[in-house]
Amino acid sequence: MDGGDLILLLNGVVSGLLIGGIYAAAAAGLAISFGMLDIVNIAHPALMVAGGFLTVLLGTALGIDPLLAALLLAVPFYLLGTAIYAMYHHFFERRGDEALQGLAFFFGVMFIIEVGLVMAFGPEQRFLDPAYAYVTLRLGEVDVPLRMLVPGLFAMAAIGALWLFLRRSFTGLAIAAVAQDAEALRLMAVNPVRIKRFAFGLSIALAAIAGGALVVVQPVEPSSGQVFIGRVFAVCIMGGMGSLPGCILAAFLFGVVENVTATFYGPSWSPAVAFGWLLLVLAFRPQGLFGKLA
Amino acid sequence: MSDASLPLAPAPAALPRASRGHLAFWLGALVLAGLLFFGLRALGNDYAYFAGYFILQYVVLATAWNILGGYAGYVNFGAAGFMAAGAYTAIALRQSTGLDLLPGILAAAVVGALLGLGTGYLTLRLRGVYFSIATLCLAVVLQTLVVNWDYVGGSRGAYVVRPREVAPFVSYGEYLFLVMLGLAIIAVGIARTVELTRLGRGLQAIRDNERAAEAVGVPTMRLKLVATALCGALMAVAGAPLPYYSGYLNPEAAFSLAYAVNAIAMPLIGGAGTWAGPVIGAVLLASLQQAATVTISSALNLWIVGWMLVIFVAVAPRGILGWFRRR
Amino acid sequence: MTRMTRRELGRLAAGATVIAAAPGLAFAQPANPIRIGYSMSLSGGLAPNGRSSLLAHKIWQEDVNARGGINGRPVELVYYDDQSAPANVPGLYTKLLDVDRVDIVTSSYATVMIAPSMPVVMQRGMAYVSLFGAGVNEAFKYDRYFSMNVTGDDIRSTYARGFFEVAAKLPTPPRTLAILAVDNEFAQKAADSARFLGRQRGLRIVYDRSYPPTTVDFAPTVRALAATRPDLVFLGSYPPDSNGLLRAISELRLSAQMLGGGMVGPQIAAVQAQLGPILNNLVNWDVYSNEPTMDFPGVRAFQEKYRARAAAEQVDVLGNYLQPYAYAQMQVIEQALARVGKPDQAALAADMHANVFKTVVGDLKFGASGEWAEPRNLLVQFQGITDGDLEKYKRPGAKVILYPESLKSGELRAPYGAPA
Repeated sequence: MDGGDLILLLNGVVSGLLIGGIYAAAAAGLAISFGMLDIVNIAHPALMVAGGFLTVLLGTALGIDPLLAALLLAVPFYLLGTAIYAMYHHFFERRGDEALQGLAFFFGVMFIIEVGLVMAFGPEQRFLDPAYAYVTLRLGEVDVPLRMLVPGLFAMAAIGALWLFLRRSFTGLAIAAVAQDAEALRLMAVNPVRIKRFAFGLSIALAAIAGGALVVVQPVEPSSGQVFIGRVFAVCIMGGMGSLPGCILAAFLFGVVENVTATFYGPSWSPAVAFGWLLLVLAFRPQGLFGKLA
Repeated sequence: MSDASLPLAPAPAALPRASRGHLAFWLGALVLAGLLFFGLRALGNDYAYFAGYFILQYVVLATAWNILGGYAGYVNFGAAGFMAAGAYTAIALRQSTGLDLLPGILAAAVVGALLGLGTGYLTLRLRGVYFSIATLCLAVVLQTLVVNWDYVGGSRGAYVVRPREVAPFVSYGEYLFLVMLGLAIIAVGIARTVELTRLGRGLQAIRDNERAAEAVGVPTMRLKLVATALCGALMAVAGAPLPYYSGYLNPEAAFSLAYAVNAIAMPLIGGAGTWAGPVIGAVLLASLQQAATVTISSALNLWIVGWMLVIFVAVAPRGILGWFRRR
Repeated sequence: MTRMTRRELGRLAAGATVIAAAPGLAFAQPANPIRIGYSMSLSGGLAPNGRSSLLAHKIWQEDVNARGGINGRPVELVYYDDQSAPANVPGLYTKLLDVDRVDIVTSSYATVMIAPSMPVVMQRGMAYVSLFGAGVNEAFKYDRYFSMNVTGDDIRSTYARGFFEVAAKLPTPPRTLAILAVDNEFAQKAADSARFLGRQRGLRIVYDRSYPPTTVDFAPTVRALAATRPDLVFLGSYPPDSNGLLRAISELRLSAQMLGGGMVGPQIAAVQAQLGPILNNLVNWDVYSNEPTMDFPGVRAFQEKYRARAAAEQVDVLGNYLQPYAYAQMQVIEQALARVGKPDQAALAADMHANVFKTVVGDLKFGASGEWAEPRNLLVQFQGITDGDLEKYKRPGAKVILYPESLKSGELRAPYGAPA
């Protein structure tokens, strides 16, 4: 491997880490709903794209940065999340139907969101570029476009705050506990349904934030979410489901594998490599790369 | 697999009744198919054949999904992947040997079964949701393979110039319709047989409580593998005539999300876990979509499918059949 | 043909009546409209172009009906949304022909949607004018197929010709070529043409890859491409990825004597608005530009009507891409019908083969395969672009035509992405 290849590799790794930041943003919400609450929310990427569209709308209307707009949107998305959970709980979880019917429910929600976006906004792509989206830092031989770096850092900050919250606050601990043993929580006079509703709301709020980050990276279309479904679930599983640090690590790794493959073997094989890798993880290490066996 | 290993084998007394039922089912299916065929021919309208094909292809797909999803409770998100595997098997066979539709369907069944077996072998030891995600990934991997496989057209797509008509039939549309009708009857027949035999009972035991089933000696892994192989084969079979139907196939169309959505929505709306459920769901939903395409004709029509799915699974968790069963 | 549908019987009867007694079709009612049927992608991935084509068709319909229709018969459009799903197409065309009994069928937009309609259309022997298909008839060889697209019937040796003709005039002759194309049917044909013509001209191909449409991050690919230091970069891309690709190119400061080639995306208003100065000096395949050399009769009037309604219909606000061609697609039918006098498919096809059509995209003639006899792939260059304001694209000078000579309106500015 000569110097040129080394630089390519280095750049491939860096851009992999940058795109990994976006994957982490998209997967973190899922790590809560899918990983901790055991709710297979396959509408998560679609909600993220919906967040992206609303970010564009709000950001354009108020003339503010998309990331700020996404932060504002996190509140209504939190409420939306609690409403979705309330429905999910009422119709499926309570009846013990969540496996099949619950999955189908979210599948339908995904479809409704995607088609709803087409009907509301038309099929064209939407964008909102902050000024920094056209600036690229150059560190030696490595290029770091702010278009990727800023949303990545923003997502890391959001995930970091969430992680602290989960580790330090009583409610956060209760969320971790509800994943383990809902009955024990009940004995402590905590209503597990209320905790789960709150946690699911948080995960959807994260979808809005991820949507804002996505808008900075690329324009969004109603069907943009489809690109992410496989990727975010892959990241979530490889990260060991409910673990946020595991999720971030897996996202970075996923991005790096994808990008290094694209650099050296051409981009056409990168999805197969990335997903083939996930299949192997599923087959041989189902607890995830960073998870422990239950 | 020996009979003795299965405590759920049907009691001997039930057998004659079941076989009488079989006879009635096959006769009924044949009569229905005959009525349908001659009815449409009397109509003398090619559109009826195309609409019929559209609906029947979903009957096969939904029935296939139901074998694993409905009976055993393992959700397959990769219906489009299996279907495309079938379609591309048919194309590859035609490219290499010039054999057309019917051998293509057989080859598709083999490829689909192997694919199902492989996926199942890799992931069925895990919780159901992992299997679901794996099928999702399988579709992506397969699509990448097809896109990079120039022999079957790659991303450029493959043209299949079909003959204008096939000997005894009035048009190629009629021929395709008849082929799909046959496939639908076979698929439903297989599903019904699975349901009524110990295989189906074993699968239902898995759905209700996999650990308990395992504990009482149900060979869960083996049953699940049989089911995935069947499911994969039937889905691939549903896809095999697709290139002949449209004359041209590109990966994007073959791996369309619509197949994955409908394969799940139809059995659930009709009533998962019974052979009649997916048939009812497919006929209802596919007719609705076909009707909406030519009447409302906008994105609204896909929206309706989404809402129907959500409302049905929320309000009628046992599907349409569930309404009748409860009484 | 072993089967004669009732429809064909009816047509025969009608034809016989027309021959016997001039007054009109056997079952013609007063003001019996001419029904033109087609499917169009109004939702799904192809919807942006599908919807704007539909608007162009509607404008044509209003124009024709305001003039009193074709031979006194008003025009009615019968169209369905194919949802960008090729599997819907065969059913829709049998519905149009067997149930709606339209007089004329035309096509949806793009090869992937046209091809599945062909078996049905061929079975009924319909004269068929398609919109922006590429090489559809290579497989079907249907003698009543006509293509409203500039690419002609030998895409391989004509599509990228302009790119290399212009490159040949560079002050320092280019020696190396990099090719990157998305995995889809049109982009791959474009890349194939670049490969073929590049080799023919003795260029060394230093990078040649495809990428999947689901690619999110183009940085690694662009970097690997840049590492080969090509003189010329030929890109074949589609709207969602054109954007990401060009932004990665600008972020990584990829520079080349000429960059662009076969991108679909920079023709679209939304892309032009977002990318702004990134497009500057990009050379690209195109089909229309508001340059004085392309001021064909009627095109301005059409674009004015189109632009007045585009925003409300949520479609491309400029209409500088396939929209005039969609209008011209209907003009071909209009002119053939006016000459033939009735929807006699064989006569219509013969007329389309024989005549020159005067349309808003210029005079055009179809060749034996149904493609344009003379391909007219433009090579344009974005010049002096400093922002994303779209007004400039309505005037000459922003998107100048470099090739072909007959339409040329400016000179090449090289390189793309001048080093900082």
